[in-house]
Amino acid sequence: MDKAANSILYLDGVNVSFDGFKALNALSLIIEPGELRAVIGPNGAGKTTMMDVITGKTRPDTGDVLFAETRDLTRLDEAEIAQLGIGRKFQKPSVFEKLTVAENLALALAGNRRVREALFWRLSTREKARIDELLGIVRLGAQRHMPAARLSHGQKQWLEIGMLLAQDPKLLLVDEPVAGMTDAETETTATLLRSIAGERSVVVVEHDMNFVRELAVKVTVLHEGSVLAEGSLDHVSADHRVIEVYLGR
Amino acid sequence: MITRWLLNKTDRGVLIMLAVILLLGFMVPALHLLTSPDSPVHVPAYAMALIGKYLCYAMLALSIDLIWGYCGILSLGHGAFFALGGYAMGMYLMRQIGSRGVYGHAELPDFMVFLNWTELPWYWYGFGWFGFALLMVLFVPGLLAFLFGFFAFRARVSGVHFSIITQALTFALMLAFFRNDMGFGGNNGLTDFKDILGFNLQAGGTRAALFGATCLGLAASLLICLAITRSRVGAVMTAIRDAESRTRFLGYRVEAFKLFAFTVSACIAGAAGALYVPQVGIINPSEFAPANSIEAVIWTAIGGRGTLFGPILGAVLVNFAKSWFTSALPDLWLFALGGLFLAVTLFLPNGLAGLFGRWTSARRRELPAAQPAAAE
Repeated sequence: MDKAANSILYLDGVNVSFDGFKALNALSLIIEPGELRAVIGPNGAGKTTMMDVITGKTRPDTGDVLFAETRDLTRLDEAEIAQLGIGRKFQKPSVFEKLTVAENLALALAGNRRVREALFWRLSTREKARIDELLGIVRLGAQRHMPAARLSHGQKQWLEIGMLLAQDPKLLLVDEPVAGMTDAETETTATLLRSIAGERSVVVVEHDMNFVRELAVKVTVLHEGSVLAEGSLDHVSADHRVIEVYLGR
Repeated sequence: MITRWLLNKTDRGVLIMLAVILLLGFMVPALHLLTSPDSPVHVPAYAMALIGKYLCYAMLALSIDLIWGYCGILSLGHGAFFALGGYAMGMYLMRQIGSRGVYGHAELPDFMVFLNWTELPWYWYGFGWFGFALLMVLFVPGLLAFLFGFFAFRARVSGVHFSIITQALTFALMLAFFRNDMGFGGNNGLTDFKDILGFNLQAGGTRAALFGATCLGLAASLLICLAITRSRVGAVMTAIRDAESRTRFLGYRVEAFKLFAFTVSACIAGAAGALYVPQVGIINPSEFAPANSIEAVIWTAIGGRGTLFGPILGAVLVNFAKSWFTSALPDLWLFALGGLFLAVTLFLPNGLAGLFGRWTSARRRELPAAQPAAAE
């Protein structure tokens, strides 16, 4: 347990296999509170499986997954893990299309998630103010009453980031946030993520090397389900094994 | 708040439907009781019974819409909850017969005397009281739905798999209720009812009151569904329908919300069955037939899912068409129903309610752009 000291997320010796294929192979990873970390790796390196393990979608065969030093995530389901304070953003923008932008944010707001509460729940003034604030942060104030289905691709991505913030998580997992974004949108997203980190820890899984460079943070390179290299982007770019499996393709 | 409601398109449809139901509940009994049989506006007893039956079907369709239209749970066994509610009411009506049965037994219904039973089975206790029977009308379907849903949703059975096991559920219940030793009258079911709360079931006043009660039941169900779907629970249900795993990652316990909706829906279906039985005078195991449940899903689809008022419209119109076809062109009914279902699926994905929506938005477009209603 000591090894997990001063970590928001602690993975040690995590193994996951699907029908004999080892998706994660003795993966170990430590994220510190307030850290912004980029995770890169070629297709099939285990990035998405890692997210699934952390958020309770997939149970690891062996290994420890601890949140905030003490909470064993392998024993909790998705809803419990989300309520602990781990938010997840999917690669494909995943918002509730039939609901309005404001309703999407309202659903994500931190608070009681029980049926009985939800039946008689009214937005408090404080919650309304929080929604206004979030709409400002993700630049969707003008679209607040629009069904989310009518947003552009980039706007949906931002709405989803807004929903993550509304959850008020301690740790955010963000899967390829800039896939399909224009350069300007990519830049805005990088600023957005950097401003989120500090108070919260953020793990960004990304393919786009320019975006990772823009984030200017510590990088973890995954390969075949385990960590190949870790350090600054320049440091890992210089690693010949990384060049071999990923950058040098 | 109220004005926002009036602005919202779906809510407007629901309000219009609510007004129509209440008007029917007042006008039809009045026209039956207060006009002479040869008056042109007189509503004969058979017509009132027929419309009453359709409104019970409408309530069943509404209960399906709550889970299918709003939460994406397609139950192909909702007829089971309808029939269970019907049986609970039928048991009360059987106990009301008392010693007036063919065999004149003071305690036992005719079919039990015929089977040489000597005493009332324990599960018939209490059904002599109307209040208890009403409680059971909601409790039995509700409990079955709760237990069934608890295991199914916890095991994350969804989509087609869920639909198939609901079919199996209603089929299994049908087979069970066909058995004489179950104590529910076997394949004859429960019938020969005499009176309800001491009033003769054949009397015009009783039938008019039953019709009125059906309208009130439907209106109350509609209001309950409206309140649920407009609450945060409704928003979570919609979220589950459109992106179930996303909802889980937001921290919502999806199975709890599904279970809530499914149980409420089963209670509404049970109440519909209980209103149906005294008006048609019989309940038998064929009400559990899987085809019945599928038909109810078709009414819902034709009327328009996720609108609350659409399925009510769908159930009434399809059943009117069925009555007309089965007397005028009996061989063609199933083709007509199939054709209707195909036509709606292909051309009206939002059902008849979608037509209403298109019509009102076309009208609204002529007005200067109104601020869309906020639904927070």
